[in-house]
Amino acid sequence: MKIWIDRINAFFKYRDLLIQLVTRDIKLKYRRSFLGYLWSILNPLMIMGIMVLVFSNMFRFNIENYPVYLIVGQSCFNFFTESTNQAIWSITGNAALLKKTYVPKYIFTLSKVTSSCVNLLFSLGAMFIVFIFCEVTFTLKYLFIPIILVQLYLFSLGVGLFLSATNVFFRDIQYIYGALTTAWMYVTPIFYPLEQLPDNIQWIIKHLNPLYFYIEQFRGIVLNNQFPTMFILYGGIVASTLALFIGSYIFIKHKDNFILYI
Amino acid sequence: MDKCIIDINNVTVRFNIASEQINNLKEYFVKFIKHELMFKEFFALKDVTFRVNKGESWGIIGTNGSGKSTLLKVISGIFKPYKGSINTYGSIAPLIELGAGFDGDLTATENIFLNGAVLGHSKKFMIDHFDEIVDFAELNDFLEMPIKNYSSGMAARLGFAIATVVRPDILICDEVLSVGDYAFQQKCEKRMKDMRDNGTTLLYVSHSMDSVLEVCDHALWLDKGTVKMIGDAKTVCNEYINIMKA
Repeated sequence: MKIWIDRINAFFKYRDLLIQLVTRDIKLKYRRSFLGYLWSILNPLMIMGIMVLVFSNMFRFNIENYPVYLIVGQSCFNFFTESTNQAIWSITGNAALLKKTYVPKYIFTLSKVTSSCVNLLFSLGAMFIVFIFCEVTFTLKYLFIPIILVQLYLFSLGVGLFLSATNVFFRDIQYIYGALTTAWMYVTPIFYPLEQLPDNIQWIIKHLNPLYFYIEQFRGIVLNNQFPTMFILYGGIVASTLALFIGSYIFIKHKDNFILYI
Repeated sequence: MDKCIIDINNVTVRFNIASEQINNLKEYFVKFIKHELMFKEFFALKDVTFRVNKGESWGIIGTNGSGKSTLLKVISGIFKPYKGSINTYGSIAPLIELGAGFDGDLTATENIFLNGAVLGHSKKFMIDHFDEIVDFAELNDFLEMPIKNYSSGMAARLGFAIATVVRPDILICDEVLSVGDYAFQQKCEKRMKDMRDNGTTLLYVSHSMDSVLEVCDHALWLDKGTVKMIGDAKTVCNEYINIMKA
């Protein structure tokens, strides 16, 4: 019990570091670019525009309100890949610092996932522009969206902790993970309708792909004005709890050995 | 003044130097299956025991690779000892490398806040002490310049100014001053003495016996990870110089 009180105290002592690291990431991302923070909104819009052109003219998916369908899936999935890919490097990349001062190591992983989350909040701006443009009706059910984002954030944090810890010992993880995310993108219905897939694959995605849970919760509210079904809601919560638990377990178990391998 | 502030008991630090560096999965499994996961053990510190009382200042001397920095890192909590225990009572300001947390792309102002946060200070604390830091480092004209354009001496000034803005209970200093110019070295030494006189416990690594004698009252001589000699600064330094000359 005492160890957890110590940990919580340490977290409060270093919360300003977390804030500093997140602001640094955001500041540096757009420093010296002419449009600056505006890119956070413009970028998702441009990518969505191109994908809408490609998929509604070349492949012709029959999805109602396709731009909305696409930007929701794309933003959620991008957040996940961006945050986890940054997190992989969060320990190895700060080796110089970790060798010279004592800082709780998870702060770096947490800060990477959090700064990606700030980017996601910016891209919510882009989403709302698309919603207005596509005449989506706004309802009180939108208040449920933060709950979805929290699930997604915790899930990404768990995966990020796991990856950053394992990448210290095996630098192969980054390459394996690179391939894995590509595969993951194709088994997540981001730009195609799920119904296009064969039944057995559909079943797997519906029951075992956590990202599908989060994206589908989001789409249900925006496109169909429906609360998520119990299954995808509980599925999402269980997946994020499990990821967070496994990730922090592995991280805490090995954190004292990081220093010997970075 | 006899309150113990650092208590080090039989501390051993072990590194595994893998006979070959293994950090990819394939090699790991191949070696694992063949039972060839051999590690050469290397003890950076062997059975080191000493205690420091509040207000004392200790010089730690020894040749390169004798474990001086490792000892400081163990005390500041960067390494965990393999065996033995370490108890420290009070706040620690580690000066193991000045400006370790600097981000080259950020300006000096931004780095002051970032580095302060790395050392565990709140933002409010840093705002209150901002002017003091800048004055001490004498870098008023370069505050909006990215740190990557700083010379190593300038960065060291800033690092020292940030790290010593608190009055810590324990100040750990690892040959960091060598890059500054003469005037700044004097200034830093003076600040260290001031802190010592105000009750801060000092651990100081240096290869310059003169500055050890100037700053410290006790000394610890490390040789290949073991304690060779403990005592007052003068005796230990003289013995060290004699041995090295021989």
